[in-house]
Amino acid sequence: MEFLLLLSTPLFGALALGVFGARRWAPELNVVISLITFLAACALTARVVSEGPLVVAHEQFFIDPFNVFLVTLTAFVGLSTSLFSRPYMRVEMDHGRVSAPRLRLYHSMYQLFMTTMLIALTTNNMGLVWVAMEAATLSTVLLVTLYRTPASLEAGWKYFILCGVGIAQALFGTILLYFAAEKVLGAEGVTALLWTHLNAVKGQLEPTVLGLAFVFLLVGYGTKVGLAPLHNWLPDAHAEGPTPISAVLSGLLLNVAIYAVVRCKVLVEGSLHSQLPSQMLMSFGLLSVVLASFLLWRQRDIKRLFAYSSIEHMGIITFAFGMGGPVANFAALLHMTVHSLTKSAIFFAVGHAAQKAGSQLMENIRGLITLSPTIGWGLMMGSLAILGMPPFGVFASEFLILTTAMREQPWATPILLTALGVAFAAIFGRVQPMVFGETTAKRLPHPPALLPVFAHLALVLMLGIYVPPYLADWYRAAARLIGGQ
Amino acid sequence: MAGTPFDLQLLNFCAALLLLLSFAMLAQRRIVTLVNLLAIQGAVLLVATLLLAWRTGEHHLYLSAALTLALKVVFLPWILHRLIRRLQVYWDTEPLLNISGTMLIGLLVVVFAFGLAQPISALASTATRNAIGIAVAVILLSFVTMITRRKAMSQVVGFLSMENGLFFGAMSATYGMPMIVEFGVALDVLVAVLVLGIFFFQIREQFDSLDLHHLESLKESQPLYEAHYSVNETHSLDRSSLEGATHALQGDPARDPLDRR
Repeated sequence: MEFLLLLSTPLFGALALGVFGARRWAPELNVVISLITFLAACALTARVVSEGPLVVAHEQFFIDPFNVFLVTLTAFVGLSTSLFSRPYMRVEMDHGRVSAPRLRLYHSMYQLFMTTMLIALTTNNMGLVWVAMEAATLSTVLLVTLYRTPASLEAGWKYFILCGVGIAQALFGTILLYFAAEKVLGAEGVTALLWTHLNAVKGQLEPTVLGLAFVFLLVGYGTKVGLAPLHNWLPDAHAEGPTPISAVLSGLLLNVAIYAVVRCKVLVEGSLHSQLPSQMLMSFGLLSVVLASFLLWRQRDIKRLFAYSSIEHMGIITFAFGMGGPVANFAALLHMTVHSLTKSAIFFAVGHAAQKAGSQLMENIRGLITLSPTIGWGLMMGSLAILGMPPFGVFASEFLILTTAMREQPWATPILLTALGVAFAAIFGRVQPMVFGETTAKRLPHPPALLPVFAHLALVLMLGIYVPPYLADWYRAAARLIGGQ
Repeated sequence: MAGTPFDLQLLNFCAALLLLLSFAMLAQRRIVTLVNLLAIQGAVLLVATLLLAWRTGEHHLYLSAALTLALKVVFLPWILHRLIRRLQVYWDTEPLLNISGTMLIGLLVVVFAFGLAQPISALASTATRNAIGIAVAVILLSFVTMITRRKAMSQVVGFLSMENGLFFGAMSATYGMPMIVEFGVALDVLVAVLVLGIFFFQIREQFDSLDLHHLESLKESQPLYEAHYSVNETHSLDRSSLEGATHALQGDPARDPLDRR
């Protein structure tokens, strides 16, 4: 019941907003739909916590410890982003950057995007994961090009082609997975792509085929994660689309893509009994961390800066999942949560900052603190949090990852530390003059929504100081499920 | 091929045709012909699916054959032709590599594809296992097509041909994916082409061309566009070009976004 509500609310919301999306009250409708989705996710979580894993709709969908927290997180960030988008898009309309039909498209696609991500997270069918991931790309392509500027068209095209081709590789991987599964689970084809069934027989799946499948799946879904060297689309799509979309792309879509990779890794590792999947994840992860942290130095656009920071953090998470084992998995899951919360908070602050300064270029954004202390502090705190400063949750997860790396993969520790240091210098050096100093900002016609920024940061702070026991149990259960080593 | 049943011979013939068509696409520079080749590829795929359905008696293969007919043989070529007429892109510019060079790469790719497919073919129990190598080759050749082309339209044809290759691969390795997945994939392809149609009009409006070299200014560092967030940026269009594209597809020349300039 909760489950049905969870998936149908955004879907019907998308239809309704497709009709009424340009009305004056459409942003509020968007918020209400996201709120209902979030409440459904909470109810579902409560039920799974009390009753254990859930399988619905002829086993096509399932909720287990791994995906339940991601569902809640997705619905929560979806809700706060819709709150942020309410004043943001109104300002954009006042500035003449979006017309009414485009606003309708935006609202409708926003909810459709939420639907596809929730389907990708909850489906048990590896084929449907693919379908939902592709649908997530398609629903956001037109959002990236919403402003129709040359740069946004280029970003949209890159996004479409790179992710389209990437995800075609993932389809081939899925076909190979099905091919191997069919031998064990029978040719009926009904259960052979269901993750729960595959997981039960993963030891019997043909290792050569699964090894090959994993390469394709990792490259395919890895493109969506933004792993280097397949990351080219990510900064462009983040920078050129409207900021609420940057927030959900960075905070949610990348998580969902990592989720798909990890689901595949569990199966392949069970079949291969070798280090291959782990090593591939670690090397892709490490490469992304290093490359992104150095490219951070060469950015002038504030949204591109934080997009590269997302690549860096996705690299850290991938590396941690690659190490495997209970601690690293726990840390990776925690990092997914805090990164998603922090990064979307940053994008909220950045969005308003760019609107106030009338530019996304960092040299044009100066002295936010004078005119709007809350945005200034929001950006400052968010940047400190994402850079892994102590009281925040990112510190806790990065600390866990680094200490595990020292024990398990000592060679990687200096590389990780260097990259983190480089990223710190790059981001902090840029953010500082934007927040302090002489101001260039001006007032906005609509009061910005700052509640989401501070709500997210407060949650991240809380996770840094104290992880509630039920949440910790949750992470542990998920970490056990993912296994490794 | 003595001793091979006739229908299987026909299936292998279809597979060979698919490979040949991929090579033809690689060499073809006329975009209209490219789309026609894609349609023929779809038709060959349809025949292969029907043969396989008849041979194995798997009912869901008839369904996916119907899906192939509707989507790949009729709808996609129709909409692509329509887009070509509307946008008047008939020729691709000189490919990044000359034809003979591309062909050589194509040959190497085929050898690689058969090497890659070897372990899979060895394990497959389907009658069509020899065709897996061809499917992989079609996928990789489409990849090469996409890489060597400059026009957005040819890249899309390459993309769709890659999807055909994937479909053929699924068919020859496992007699097709579960129906729910196949429907999902077909839906995604359909939506992708519709989104692209809209997208082409947007590119065209902005650059007056579908040549992708206009889309090469975003680099890893230093975005070249100065401050693309400017408040007084004016749009020459009062209507969204989404609307324009839809009307154009419906064949309303007065509302064709191209007429505005």
